[in-house]
Amino acid sequence: MRTLEVRVWRGGAEGRFQHFEVPRRESQTVLDVVTHIQRAQEPSLAYRFACRVGMCGSCAMTVNGVARWTCRTHVDRVAPDGRLEIAPLRNLPVIRDLVTDMREFFDKWARAKGRFEGRRTRRDDFERVAPDSEARRQVDAAIECIGCGVCYSSCDVVAWNPDYLGPAALNRAWTLLRDVREATNPERLRAVAGDAGCHACHTHLSCTERCPKQISPTAGIAGLKRAAAAAALKGEL
Amino acid sequence: MSARREALLWAAQRASAALLALCVAVHLATMIYAVHGGLSAAQILERTRGNAAWLAFYSVFLLAVVVHAPIGLRAVLAEWLGWRGASRDWLLAAFAAALAWLGARAILGVFL
Repeated sequence: MRTLEVRVWRGGAEGRFQHFEVPRRESQTVLDVVTHIQRAQEPSLAYRFACRVGMCGSCAMTVNGVARWTCRTHVDRVAPDGRLEIAPLRNLPVIRDLVTDMREFFDKWARAKGRFEGRRTRRDDFERVAPDSEARRQVDAAIECIGCGVCYSSCDVVAWNPDYLGPAALNRAWTLLRDVREATNPERLRAVAGDAGCHACHTHLSCTERCPKQISPTAGIAGLKRAAAAAALKGEL
Repeated sequence: MSARREALLWAAQRASAALLALCVAVHLATMIYAVHGGLSAAQILERTRGNAAWLAFYSVFLLAVVVHAPIGLRAVLAEWLGWRGASRDWLLAAFAAALAWLGARAILGVFL
């Protein structure tokens, strides 16, 4: 039986890679590899997963140097030579082994005013939103984020500027900014403009390249910059 | 208001970049043309002295540089040195003034 040579990060911010040999199987995902290690070889290995089908966004790790969702990443695609190096996501504090502390990541969604606040109450009629309107199409292109943190982990600007809200939070703000039902967009634009917000983005496109849901946070961030400039010129920012 | 300032600086840098794209292309094409044509310094001065169109073009070019370069440097100082705040912005205002002075001197040197 063929085997995979796997190096897995053990420890916190300080630690080392531990070597494992894992049986190679057909259609094996990176999450399958980690699960095999934890169940058959090293029960103390800490990692995080839930749905295993690319919906929950909890199993992202750094695989051979690249942030990926491990449940939908086939070993075939990332380790043709049978070698895997699995580490926690970058740009987030490591709790233990492959588990990162996601608090700052989600706190930034709150700071970017990532919560929907509509104008209507349950007593009002539904808002009619044309599916083919430009604003709705822009929302549709960005709405499927599962909050996995792959973009945040891949972003150089987050690494340089820890206050930077990051691609996911800004993408979320963009979907709300383009939502015609939203009531709090001037405040949202103020929250996401500036040195720690959309204006810090260098358009490196790492987030866009790595997003497992094929979202382009870069496009949303560019939209936020344009919207902020327009609001500033009108004196509304 | 920081958000407003950042948004306006971003708009200014975008607008000045668009101007620079045009000005740098014209500037380089003119230089290459002048060199290939074998024009002497005296012949070049003959064309630039008192030429209002030339003065206007290079004044716009200079303005774009004075706006664009300090805003870019502002981000470099913040990201590489962690230098933010009023002291940085005063230094950059001085840098912009120096660019304006040096550029104006160069333009007037061949216009007058």
